[in-house]
Amino acid sequence: MSATATRAARSPRTKAPALSPAQRKDQRSYLWFLLPGFILFAGLVGTAFIWNVVLSFTRYKGVGKAQFIGFDNYVRLFQDPVFWESFLHAIMFIGAMSILPTFLGLFIGAMIFDYIAPRFGNGASAFMRGGLYMPQIVPLTITGIMWVWLLDPSTGVINTFLKGINPDWQPNWLGDANLAFWSVSVIMVWVQIGYTIVILMSGMARLDPSLSEAAQIDGASWFQRFRIITVAQLGPEIGVVLLTTTVAALKVFAPIYVMTGGGPGTATQVPAYFSYAEFFNNHRVGYGAAIATVLAIILTIMAIIILYVQTRQSEGRNKR
Amino acid sequence: MSEKIVEVAQDGSFIVMDETPAKPLKARRSELKKKSIAAWIIFIVLLLVVVGWLFPFYMALINSFKTEAEFMEGGPLALPHGINISNIIKFWNDVNFPLKLWNSVLVSVVSSAIGVALSALTAFALGIGRIRGRFWLLAVFMVAFTIPQEALIYPFYKIAKQVGLYDSLLSVILVIGIMNIAFGTYMLSSVLEEFPTELLEAAKIDGATTWRIFTSVVFPILRPTLFVLATFFFIYSWNEFLLPLVLLPSNDNQTVTLGLAITTGQWTTDPTARAAAALLGSLPSIIFFFIFQRTLMRGVTMGSSK
Repeated sequence: MSATATRAARSPRTKAPALSPAQRKDQRSYLWFLLPGFILFAGLVGTAFIWNVVLSFTRYKGVGKAQFIGFDNYVRLFQDPVFWESFLHAIMFIGAMSILPTFLGLFIGAMIFDYIAPRFGNGASAFMRGGLYMPQIVPLTITGIMWVWLLDPSTGVINTFLKGINPDWQPNWLGDANLAFWSVSVIMVWVQIGYTIVILMSGMARLDPSLSEAAQIDGASWFQRFRIITVAQLGPEIGVVLLTTTVAALKVFAPIYVMTGGGPGTATQVPAYFSYAEFFNNHRVGYGAAIATVLAIILTIMAIIILYVQTRQSEGRNKR
Repeated sequence: MSEKIVEVAQDGSFIVMDETPAKPLKARRSELKKKSIAAWIIFIVLLLVVVGWLFPFYMALINSFKTEAEFMEGGPLALPHGINISNIIKFWNDVNFPLKLWNSVLVSVVSSAIGVALSALTAFALGIGRIRGRFWLLAVFMVAFTIPQEALIYPFYKIAKQVGLYDSLLSVILVIGIMNIAFGTYMLSSVLEEFPTELLEAAKIDGATTWRIFTSVVFPILRPTLFVLATFFFIYSWNEFLLPLVLLPSNDNQTVTLGLAITTGQWTTDPTARAAAALLGSLPSIIFFFIFQRTLMRGVTMGSSK
């Protein structure tokens, strides 16, 4: 997704030569193509973002006049245990939405690619990939409704199934503060794997198969080939998948809204939902804006890291 | 299958070597494709994983065909006695599903069109026009793309109220359409970077204006890519949740994603109706996925590979 940004942008970093008048006229004609999209986008996002930052320095209930209070919201924020807890949860979601799905995606993707596609045909491989991708295609809110229903403590599928094994074993998956975070995490793994598999398998298709075949003839086991050849060569794809899913984990909102509302208590509170609730449920707009601004700053730093890593990657590739 | 081995050196030159393998290469390859017991075990394990992955959808499907009494009696795991669609019909009417479907289609189609059109223009300027400072322009788009919607949503809400677009589909259409420009621009710019320069130069020699180059040279070749982008935007907009949640409060303006999410829990505790909600909510996306599967897979991998 983001690899393209730098691929398109890699060359202009070398100093452009002075333009001739004809070229300058040419450039100006292209400017007209740039302006509509750029002005609309920068205008909308820029205005909203600056507005949000300004709001974060005020006390504002959504109606009436906003009162400027300097850094008070931020001071309060850093002393607020719920704020730290919400960020801790967001970081823990990186495990469920990024690291684990990438690891499983590599493993399952490689098995489909190496075993299923060559031996059982592309149809079988496409079916498996498509089946695992299904949770990606359905809106998160709908899969959320589905899981709330599956995990219902009294009528849900999971507990009905468990009752058959042990009648006393009827956990309240989303309603128990000790369980809710882990239940949501498992669901997020279920959601995310399709994305990692599709991207990583497209990377596997790029690799030269003769290397792996030669290793196999020399007696390397599948796992050795997977570890030494496949994983080692998929560096760029693994990087992209890890970074984009990490961004998604830090932004997670809809599943929390639908499944737990941040609760029970603050057991599944995350920054995105926390700021939303401050804006629209608790009418503490300034405080919500401060939370959102901190989240935006963290994600901007992530974006700059992604940009930097990819620029270096594509520059390295150009030198080769 | 050639029996020659081609070695490509790092500077791009290549050497062709004749090799006399112990066995013909073809035979060796087919050996690697044998369905050993291990391969069958892996096949079965993976198949079970996929079945497990689809199990929630299957549960939603069978339980939406049950009556409430049937559900209470047999539980969620039992198969339905027959195809009973009264639940689905009731849910369909209660939430006014056709209207929600129409709202979603309208938002998704129009915002995708806006997004594709504007990103094509912007990407043309950056990828073909090579406007100075385009590294920084693309960097701005990309960084802005990562900003969480929560850091923009309250101002969006205020702006929509001030310009009279609050509770109007148009507000969501415009915001999604414009936000799409970021992703569209950097995906298309990278594609256009590799546009054959001979074509552009030939057009310039023939005296084509920049507009003419866009409409007659670049656009026809870019069209398949624009279609990939459009299917992508369609899914994005369809799944969009926070913007409609904040900007579309009234029932009649809600989209599928929003309407089902906020009403299902409120109006029913009937488990079969909730199964019907999950089923109806998933179906449009699943159908869309089956129709555009190839296009979508190309889109997912377009930016990340190479």
